[in-house]
Amino acid sequence: MARFKKSNKEGTPGLNTGSMSDIVFMFLFFFMVITNMRESSLYVRINVPQASEVQKLEKKSLVSYINVGVPMDENKYGREPRIQLNDQIADVSDIAEFIENERAARSEADRPFLTTSIKADKDARMGIIVDIKQELRNVNALKLIYTTSRRGKE
Amino acid sequence: MGKKCPELNSGSMSDISFLLLTFFLLVSSINTDMGIPRRLPPPLQPGMVTPDVHKRNIFVVKINSQNMLLFDGQTGDLKALRARAKEFLSNPNDLSNLPEKETVDIPLLGPMRVSQGVISLQNDRGTSYDMYIQVQNELMAAVNEMRDELALGKFGRPYTDLSNEQRSAIDKAIPAAISEAEPTKIGGNK
Repeated sequence: MARFKKSNKEGTPGLNTGSMSDIVFMFLFFFMVITNMRESSLYVRINVPQASEVQKLEKKSLVSYINVGVPMDENKYGREPRIQLNDQIADVSDIAEFIENERAARSEADRPFLTTSIKADKDARMGIIVDIKQELRNVNALKLIYTTSRRGKE
Repeated sequence: MGKKCPELNSGSMSDISFLLLTFFLLVSSINTDMGIPRRLPPPLQPGMVTPDVHKRNIFVVKINSQNMLLFDGQTGDLKALRARAKEFLSNPNDLSNLPEKETVDIPLLGPMRVSQGVISLQNDRGTSYDMYIQVQNELMAAVNEMRDELALGKFGRPYTDLSNEQRSAIDKAIPAAISEAEPTKIGGNK
């Protein structure tokens, strides 16, 4: 006669967690692919304006960023909107050199496609933006994109 | 039968990969940048002559330092601007005070009557950036709406669904002619 054998040796069988790491690694790779690394931390406060007629920025590697906003360190830089290039607060006159450096970092074939992205706070005044634009014109960096966030079309 | 291999404890491996995951989540940003693309005019060379444009071909939009909008010689709001810009660029009834058109032969579309109108945008140094973007947005919206209409009429699909060749044909038929004048300094000291 067959008898059901009860195994009372162990309490609960150990849960196999080996595949859990596979799943998490999959997550990890997913995030690594879809995100881009933050290149420099912002020293200015930026709240970009909204617009509905936006286009996506193509070829991120060909974009140089100019940030405009009120500096976070108000004691040091004042309360007026300032320009941040790379990792420091700069003046309008530094833009020419910045664009030259950005150009030099790219290969010869890519240089005509270099785009400048102006990421400015919505409370900034046009005076500083106009100065930037004039400076960009002088160094022949004519492709420009005003970074905005998307808003639904009316 | 050999001996049973002892199982590797891989429970802590997931901890490590979670750590990596959170690190990447913190360090990276997902936001995709978007914005309004523009092309600046090339720098002025000495001896360059500014082209003569007929008065009927220019639509002047001004923004002052108080973020007030002026077009057609009177103040107006953003909503009206889009409709007015569209009317100006399309000139549906060939009125003599709206821009003239020139017949251009465009591949894929055939001879098209392309408007010669130019929107001239002038702002003050004291104008807020937000207002400036809103105006640019309305003007682009006017152009995009017209392009959409033409694309639907000619190809039966909205502009965004067209192929690159079709898109550049539409761009030629309806150019985004927005010119920016040098800013004024009245009322803005920043």
